[in-house]
Amino acid sequence: MSATHPAEPVSPMVVIRPTKGWAALRLNEVWEYRELLFFLAWRDVKIRYKQTALGAAWAVLQPLLTMVVFTIFFGNLAKVGSDGLPYPIFSYTGLLPWTLFAQALTLSSASLVTSSNLIKKVYFPRIVIPMAAVLSGVIDFGVSMVALLGLMAYYKIWPSFLVIWIPAIFLLALAASLGAGLWLATLNVEYRDVRYVVPFLVQIWLFVTPVIYPASRVTAKLAEHGLPGWIYGLNPMAGVVEGFRWALLGRTPFPAQLLATSVVVTLVLLVTGSFYLRRMEATFADIV
Amino acid sequence: MSRLAIRVKDLGKQYTLGRSRASYRTLRETLMEAVARPFERVKIGRSGGRPPAETIWALRDVSFEVGDGEAVGVIGRNGAGKSTLLKILSRITMPTQGRAEIHGRVGSLLEVGTGFHPELTGRENTYLNGAILGMRNREIDKRFDDIVQFAELEKFVDTPVKHYSSGMYMRLAFAVAAHLETEILLIDEVLAVGDLAFQKRCLGKMEEVAAAGRTVLFVSHNMTAVSALCGRAIWIESGSLGADGPADEVTGLYLQALASGEFQFVNAEHGLKIESVTLRNGAGERTQFFNPGDDLCVQIAFEAEKPLPGVYVRLLIESLQGSCFSANMLLDGQRPDALEGKGVLACKFKSLPLLPQSYTVKMAVVGPDAREPIVRVQEVASFTVNGQAEDYGFSGEFFHRFVAHATSVVVPYEWIMPDGTVKPVFVRDGVSVPPDERGSALGVGAPGEVKR
Repeated sequence: MSATHPAEPVSPMVVIRPTKGWAALRLNEVWEYRELLFFLAWRDVKIRYKQTALGAAWAVLQPLLTMVVFTIFFGNLAKVGSDGLPYPIFSYTGLLPWTLFAQALTLSSASLVTSSNLIKKVYFPRIVIPMAAVLSGVIDFGVSMVALLGLMAYYKIWPSFLVIWIPAIFLLALAASLGAGLWLATLNVEYRDVRYVVPFLVQIWLFVTPVIYPASRVTAKLAEHGLPGWIYGLNPMAGVVEGFRWALLGRTPFPAQLLATSVVVTLVLLVTGSFYLRRMEATFADIV
Repeated sequence: MSRLAIRVKDLGKQYTLGRSRASYRTLRETLMEAVARPFERVKIGRSGGRPPAETIWALRDVSFEVGDGEAVGVIGRNGAGKSTLLKILSRITMPTQGRAEIHGRVGSLLEVGTGFHPELTGRENTYLNGAILGMRNREIDKRFDDIVQFAELEKFVDTPVKHYSSGMYMRLAFAVAAHLETEILLIDEVLAVGDLAFQKRCLGKMEEVAAAGRTVLFVSHNMTAVSALCGRAIWIESGSLGADGPADEVTGLYLQALASGEFQFVNAEHGLKIESVTLRNGAGERTQFFNPGDDLCVQIAFEAEKPLPGVYVRLLIESLQGSCFSANMLLDGQRPDALEGKGVLACKFKSLPLLPQSYTVKMAVVGPDAREPIVRVQEVASFTVNGQAEDYGFSGEFFHRFVAHATSVVVPYEWIMPDGTVKPVFVRDGVSVPPDERGSALGVGAPGEVKR
């Protein structure tokens, strides 16, 4: 809303007074600050690989090397199975959304504390900060995606029309990391324990996500105990990873239950996380 | 009556003490408290539970209104609550009580260069900083050339700012901020940056802003700037409204209060208490008034709970025109082995070469690492130099009209006229000297022989 904007009728009035408890999200205000959101994300991308010799190649190397290690140990030695897919492709398609998620979660959970200089000096909706942290991982994802296409060509796996679902699943991954990131970032402002919890959490989370092994093995085990398969979807990344494989490779069945549960859990995380951050943001400048 | 821009009613902000040191809690503490709470009442001999946390009102019951297009200076000592007020008005922190209404888009400059990243170029930082301050992309597009020109950085816009000198950095930072076009501008002491020439230009820009009919709230310690830029001033004293009125009157009142007040300071973390800072003249008398050429002795009475080794003390004498001179242990290397118990540290400035104006004394104490602030730079005392034109060897007929705005320090100098006559000028020592003896009195420092 520029001062020179011709369509602006009257200057807005803002009332500042003490508030307690839950507050409205004011998403329109977040929309007004969308340019800041993109600038902050762009800044993070821009400086991420400054003064590195390999630059953005790191975005490919990390999942690629992990894939090699996984293939040797889990694919060949432990033989965890891969739903009939070549194990390198299987694990790499899992690692892509996983890396996006893990990076976004790590960055966003630390974001409010690392931006304390902004929080203490300028006003804007604070939710923009973790959002920008999540967005900054998108470029890395895009770069490693290119490597995946090369890998698929090597194994002669051609994507089907199902790839139209990729953007939706990609958004789900972003939303899941943002949802968890909002909670952790807000908690981190008051409890710096979060700093130590996050690396541990990410490590554990990888093991309960079907990156190394196929989800079918977990759902089969659940069925043995008379439990429904959708329970596995309570980990939103289970739905994301299986959905990503399904949409990109088209060789596995549509993980409807997993995805549905994951969407619900993600939405719950996202909405509660937003309200929690909104509730706490009034005190950020005083305690961060 | 014109439209209102800002209405502040009974505004207050309370902080919990001790939070500054342990500003965040660990999860364990919260969990332990939650577990311990039910047992607290059971404990024998404890009736009221935990003692209430110590709190402090940084701001209390402050009410004022600012009309549309008004430029208002906000003055007061360090820690009086000025910055808290600005932080509340710019919605960075929330008030504990009262309310404020703001009519119009607010731009707040509490710090220049917020969000600047050293790895990014000048151009990139301009866009980023603009976005952080609330500018739209196309607004920055439109003003980009003006910004770069104002900062005088045309050649360096595509250089990462980590290669900038600190002066260049501050110029760019201020230039972005100065081009923020909001209806209301909240400014905190941004002029305290850069060299004098750039400060002048910043003041010029601020004048432009104020003259353009925008509402400005301007926090500053520079009374000249406040008087020049603002028609009205608000004086905040210990969190409350001390005075509100025409800028000249309020700044005058404030300076008077500063002169009579006595400075005290406690740094609990380092166990250092500054009990008083007093000024004495060459005769050892305590005073706030000095004669030109007089000695100025700044006496700092302190009490250190535990020995405080190797601290550096800096004293800075400032006039309304800016810094005059300083005594800086970081430069001269003369520092006490340790501050222990009760004691007095003093610094004597010999033969003040100052014009009759008002001056403030600022002090800072930093730790042995030359970095950690123990006493942040702040005003600790003020004094006035009295005197007549003759005391300075001055005989200009416009002396009294221009002296208030002249540069404050006078070193001995002489004019050599086209016909070869030498006209020496220097500050006289203390008591006024009959005009016929002019030139024979002691000069500042060692002027040597006066050629005639």
